[in-house]
Amino acid sequence: MAAGAHTGRVDMAGALRSAGFTGVVAFGLFLPLIAFKTDVDGSNQLVLTTRWPLFLALVAVCSASRFFYALLVGPWLARRALRPARPRPAWRNTIANWLVPCGIGFLVLYPAIVFFTAGFSGGQKWIDNLGVQILIYVMLGWGLNIVVGLAGLLDLGYVAFYAVGAYSYALLAKTFGLSFWLLLPLAGILSSFWGVLLGFPVLRLRGDYLAIVTLAFGEIIRLILINWVALTNGYAGIISIPRPTFFGIPFTAGDDGFAAVFGLPFSPLYRITFLYYLILALALITCFVTVRLRRLPIGRAWEALREDEIACRSLGINTTNTKLTAFALGAMFAGFAGSFFAAREAFISPESFTFIESATILSIVVLGGMGSQIGVVIAAIVMIGGTELLRELDFLKDVFGPTFDPTQYRMLLFGFALVAIMIWRPRGLIATREPSVFLKERKTISAEMVKEGRG
Amino acid sequence: MAADDTVLRVEHLTMRFGGLVAINDLSFEVERGTITALIGPNGAGKTTVFNCITGFYKPTEGRIALHRGDATVWHALDALTDSGKRGIVRPDGALFLLERMPDHLVAQQARVARTFQNIRLFPGMTVLENLLVAQHNALMVASGYTLLGVLGFPSYAAAERAALDKARGWLDRFGLLARADDPAGDLPYGAQRRLEVVRAMCTEPVLLCLDEPAAGLNPRESAELNDLLLGIRDDHSLSILLIEHDMSVVMGISDSVVVLDYGVKIADGTPETVRNDQKVIAAYLGVADEDVAKVEAAVGL
Repeated sequence: MAAGAHTGRVDMAGALRSAGFTGVVAFGLFLPLIAFKTDVDGSNQLVLTTRWPLFLALVAVCSASRFFYALLVGPWLARRALRPARPRPAWRNTIANWLVPCGIGFLVLYPAIVFFTAGFSGGQKWIDNLGVQILIYVMLGWGLNIVVGLAGLLDLGYVAFYAVGAYSYALLAKTFGLSFWLLLPLAGILSSFWGVLLGFPVLRLRGDYLAIVTLAFGEIIRLILINWVALTNGYAGIISIPRPTFFGIPFTAGDDGFAAVFGLPFSPLYRITFLYYLILALALITCFVTVRLRRLPIGRAWEALREDEIACRSLGINTTNTKLTAFALGAMFAGFAGSFFAAREAFISPESFTFIESATILSIVVLGGMGSQIGVVIAAIVMIGGTELLRELDFLKDVFGPTFDPTQYRMLLFGFALVAIMIWRPRGLIATREPSVFLKERKTISAEMVKEGRG
Repeated sequence: MAADDTVLRVEHLTMRFGGLVAINDLSFEVERGTITALIGPNGAGKTTVFNCITGFYKPTEGRIALHRGDATVWHALDALTDSGKRGIVRPDGALFLLERMPDHLVAQQARVARTFQNIRLFPGMTVLENLLVAQHNALMVASGYTLLGVLGFPSYAAAERAALDKARGWLDRFGLLARADDPAGDLPYGAQRRLEVVRAMCTEPVLLCLDEPAAGLNPRESAELNDLLLGIRDDHSLSILLIEHDMSVVMGISDSVVVLDYGVKIADGTPETVRNDQKVIAAYLGVADEDVAKVEAAVGL
């Protein structure tokens, strides 16, 4: 293949060989997975059915794809790699400069755009299920980015802080009747307190060991939520959590409700739109603080810690405190997001805080490019928005039959996305690092230089 | 009592790793404004001495005292040792017992800076950022422990400008100003070595510990480094402790030399006395003392 690429000759024999090899691997892999299927029949007996046409079709597809890749795509990629690198065209810089203001503008106008295009009743889904959902994960991604992306501490139990925030709000609001606006900062403080508590014992751990302990911490919090029934009501969760008010005015149909006070007809849309702007504001605060912190000594110390902890200590940086602040701040933003989540859903249970949530947030950070704020947004849109959009693909039922449910392929698509990113952009979508300060010229730093941190 | 301008005083330093005695009852002193070289064959325990001084290792036995300011502060040494405290800071000076301090406090309070045998820069951060990280503690105070900085108080902006000016001054002096905005990992090897020295200098040290600063440098770079080190010694009345294998550096710039072999001090004094010491020659040639004359004759020394 490589030889063919240099001479421009088509290497048919090589392509056939590699296609044959792929076919054999696919045959071995799909034979037990696809060709044989066990079903339970009417009399509750297990019967073995075979799916030879599907199996052979899949093997043929794999083999043929490999053949065309080896014949056409591979040589083309090799030729492209030989071409001298072109400087970045000017239009790409223009786009990069306008991306952030345009993005924020779009997010602010998003509810209005949805109402114009999808109407008032149809727009609810787009704001609540898509907009609010994505923004929660963007905020969580930005929060975790402080711990993983900047400080280089691999945290697999981030959802624990999200849970602490949610349960803090739910329990304090239900027990003491405190308002959302008071409990929002309180939930953040409680979460960061737990962040510090987790931080202390794990400070000496690095890399894999840190990951295991944080993973365990996430599970411990979830198991406490399940088993401390007297406080948390266990699996049943907490219901009818007070919803946030518009600075004291509730979004209810009553006379003192939002609609009545402002002389509008009642609609649940006001609450949803309010929640949208609330999470947008919270997410933007998270981003603003993180961007600001990166240019402060503490942010540089986090990045230095990711690059080389021993050198940090030789320069008089207290690595204990530096790690703890990273844990505490990351946890605080998760706590904010958690209390918002509890207030939005009005119902929480330990089911919402499983390991898969931690994994989703972490993959958003990793896919986006560790340390990159924009990367997190793109990854959250793709991962969360993508799975929400799967619900919309009803036309696929016409193709694959009425029992086909696209949402069941969510994890498969996740897997594909992760594998694809690992192959083509191993350091995430936005892999370059922007220096926090410069004398003459801001030069982006390529990913090869930047360390990932070893915990 | 230590001499008036002693900066560092190491007494009976012993470091054991399990059964291995890496340093055995080592005592030496470093004078203010001098360059002291620590030499010895590979595995002699030189880097272990550095790690004990800079707090990365806790010595098994011994006392490491560092002083700055007025010489009379030394009189408090024994009282300080008995008090169990880490150090005393008086208006006229300060005295620290380094063996009692964790590594970051050795750098922050006692102001001992170091470089590493295998370069430890922050490769993904720019040269300038590396130097700002070195001024972390001063900037942290200026940013009100982050609180004022996040809110955008002007006091931090002024402090950061001052820190940038300081960094610029050092980069200019070490010929790295043109590379200020490049990632540190992109610099050629010699420049990385120099940057590590610059970064250590940005912490405003009293004692600078350099672990093989000339390793891997070509003769011209190594001569340049000699001039730079002599320059900072004279301009800042800085004391430098140096581990080096390159004898042109050791003999060219050091004011005194301490020779270690198997964790034991075998000689110390001026470069000339050490150069002619039978034990040192034996250690470097790897033969017993009594065979030195024979071996020297054989190799034509």
